[in-house]
Amino acid sequence: MKRTFLWLLLLPVFAIGCAAPATSPAESPLTFDTGINPEGWALVPAGEFLRGLHDLETVVDYDYEIMITTVTNAQYANYLNEALAAGAIKIVDDQVVGYYPGDEFHGYRHEEEIAADDWPHISLDDPGLRLRYDGKTFSAMNGYENRPMVQVTWFGARSYCEFTGGRLPTEVEWEKAARGTDGRPFPWGHEIQPENANYYSSHDIFEKIVGKLGDTTPVGFYNGNTYDGFQTIDSPSPYGLYDMGGNVWQWTGDIYEGAHYRYMRGGSKADYGYNLRVWTRNNSHPDYVSPNVGFRCVRLPGD
Amino acid sequence: MLTKRFHFLFQSTKGLVLVAVAMISLVTALWGMLSGPMVEWGVTDAIVNLTGMDLVPAEREGRIILLYHTIAVTVVAIEVYLITGILPMRDHERTMINGTITVGYLTTMIFGLWFGYFGHNFVFHGLYLFGLSLVFFAGILLTIALWPFRKEYYVKDPAYAHTRRGVDLERLAFFTMAVATLGSALFGAVTGSFWGSGHEAFLAEDLIREPHKTTLQLAIIGHLHIMLTLIGVAIALIIGRWFDFKGPLHKIAMPFMIIGTLIITFGAWAVVPFETIAHYIIYGGSVLVLLSGLFLVIFAWRKLIRDGLAEKGIEKGNFVQGLKALLRDPLRFGSTWQMVFMNFNVSFVGIFVAVKLDEIFRVWPAREERIILTGHWHVLSAIIATIILFYYADLAGLKGRARQIFGWVLIIASDVAFGAATVFEMKRLFVSEAEQQPIVNMTMLLIEIGLALVLIILAVFMVWRLVDLFKRKGRWTAELAEEGLDTLPKSPISLTTPLGSNPKSEAEVQS
Repeated sequence: MKRTFLWLLLLPVFAIGCAAPATSPAESPLTFDTGINPEGWALVPAGEFLRGLHDLETVVDYDYEIMITTVTNAQYANYLNEALAAGAIKIVDDQVVGYYPGDEFHGYRHEEEIAADDWPHISLDDPGLRLRYDGKTFSAMNGYENRPMVQVTWFGARSYCEFTGGRLPTEVEWEKAARGTDGRPFPWGHEIQPENANYYSSHDIFEKIVGKLGDTTPVGFYNGNTYDGFQTIDSPSPYGLYDMGGNVWQWTGDIYEGAHYRYMRGGSKADYGYNLRVWTRNNSHPDYVSPNVGFRCVRLPGD
Repeated sequence: MLTKRFHFLFQSTKGLVLVAVAMISLVTALWGMLSGPMVEWGVTDAIVNLTGMDLVPAEREGRIILLYHTIAVTVVAIEVYLITGILPMRDHERTMINGTITVGYLTTMIFGLWFGYFGHNFVFHGLYLFGLSLVFFAGILLTIALWPFRKEYYVKDPAYAHTRRGVDLERLAFFTMAVATLGSALFGAVTGSFWGSGHEAFLAEDLIREPHKTTLQLAIIGHLHIMLTLIGVAIALIIGRWFDFKGPLHKIAMPFMIIGTLIITFGAWAVVPFETIAHYIIYGGSVLVLLSGLFLVIFAWRKLIRDGLAEKGIEKGNFVQGLKALLRDPLRFGSTWQMVFMNFNVSFVGIFVAVKLDEIFRVWPAREERIILTGHWHVLSAIIATIILFYYADLAGLKGRARQIFGWVLIIASDVAFGAATVFEMKRLFVSEAEQQPIVNMTMLLIEIGLALVLIILAVFMVWRLVDLFKRKGRWTAELAEEGLDTLPKSPISLTTPLGSNPKSEAEVQS
């Protein structure tokens, strides 16, 4: 009896030993052309929509365009090259930094001052970065060209959007683009299945290689195509946007009085499915970076 | 004979606790299949298909609130049964309290879950609220019954904390807890009603980092924190009675518990008008309550060691003999050990997070901070549940090897799960997001193994009690007889306690 009891106690220890560490994503890139153009923009017409968990009727009284996918590594590398050449950003101590004019500081409890200064955009020595820099030029790592740009701060995301003629979406703009006007909880409809989006333990082909935390999927991956036998469901938002739920959280542009946090939407590959509901929010310090956080931009038609 | 069994299950203290534990076990077993790894393994889909649950994504928050209330009021009912079982009060008071709360929690549970998970028949929502109201009404009855200033409840024995007049300070602590609970329940109920019966549901953990919270949101935050705290206070007092807590430590602990309970409750309510300073008030009250708990643990462990050594005929043992004596009864040891272990998982984590909030935790993304919040209160709730189980297993007559196995599996398995949950919550302190998967896998596995073992040992225990109910002369008949319920009703002014674990109340109460 005592021996059985001892074995029972030791079982978790053995189990831990069996929990193999995840392989680094960089070691096993899978390349897929999804056929979705990351340079594409979708028009979101002015009008009312139902916002948030409690379906608050909200009006956006202007048309705007939003990127069909999140910004890719290839797009961000191109931007870095152009922005460096134009002097909009610079490299200091292995970091790409850029000027930010600062937030209005109100001195609220827990509020931190975001002062006018050079703020980091990306760190060149970040092991999670999927970009290469040879001292002159940035490029995307092989196999990661059409994956979302991650490990980028809110400052880096904002800088990209503004340099390319747009800006980060407000939370309202982001949610309307994700949800449309029918009050659906997920960008593609009312239910979530593993074939709709990249989320924690959604059993996609990347999870089979690198473990449950998985890896980012190429932008527009969930478009009904089959990849190495993995059948996806075409899961655009009502306005034709891809990856508005899952894959990576997306920085939004709002700055709220009394808080220095920047908000993110959409849920990521590291979150359970319910976090992909369109009203779910996340936030962090604007210089936070993560392998699970990317962004997309908006612009006004004609800009 | 069926009537007699019904009599046992719904009139005796032990039977009532058994039914409530069984109901929570069933709900935990079934609803525990709807989240975490169960989703990953496809178990959730199977359960949903099998039971016909309707899990509308937009209604997740509301469902969870219903589920929490369902389990919480059942735990409250168990504590009320134990309180009416160990404290002297009039028989008709005991009967009314137990009867009302039983109908209340069962109505809350059945119709709350029916409304939340199986379509939205609003009649059921009404019945759910009616059930909650009955539980509240039972609380009023309990508070009246606990009134500590009746002369018949005065204590003479100088070993127990009392005023000069003889007012039993322990009874006053129970009374204070009951009054505080009623007020704090109203604090949530009024807010919920004002908010359209809670139909605009939200989870408090989703409000973190909001610089501007509404009055109603603050009230809900205060309500949920103080309710769990008071459930903790109640179980500490109950366990104190189980150990016949007395002596110098009792005399310090009881005033601390009374004042601490009042201060914490005031602090939680003060979150609405004075959010900035409310935390400091709560810290002050917490120190007193935690110290009171510490004194109980010191008393209990000394008693366990003393009794254990006496059993072996040893007058003054060495360290090893003392340790063996302390650990010889895992049920009694476990109930107090969990109070100590709670500090590592809840109190210390809470203090650390509070002290380093802006420096560390508010640098992380909100979802990480949310994991700590939800993790620490889930652990606290589960620890309270295990303490109840230790006591109930003792009441249910678990003896010999079964007592050892049940007790130690409950201690070790639950602590492995709670410890792993704490590591999971705090993982960002020592591992980056990109490298976290091994630690996530390990901690999740330990949590699942620990909780699974707890549920298995609980299931075995419940099956034992279920089988017993089918026996003509099972334990249940003896328990019915012990509480004097196998005969005609007793005199309405009897002051005996059904659980008979309160020598103070039986032998030394003035009558």
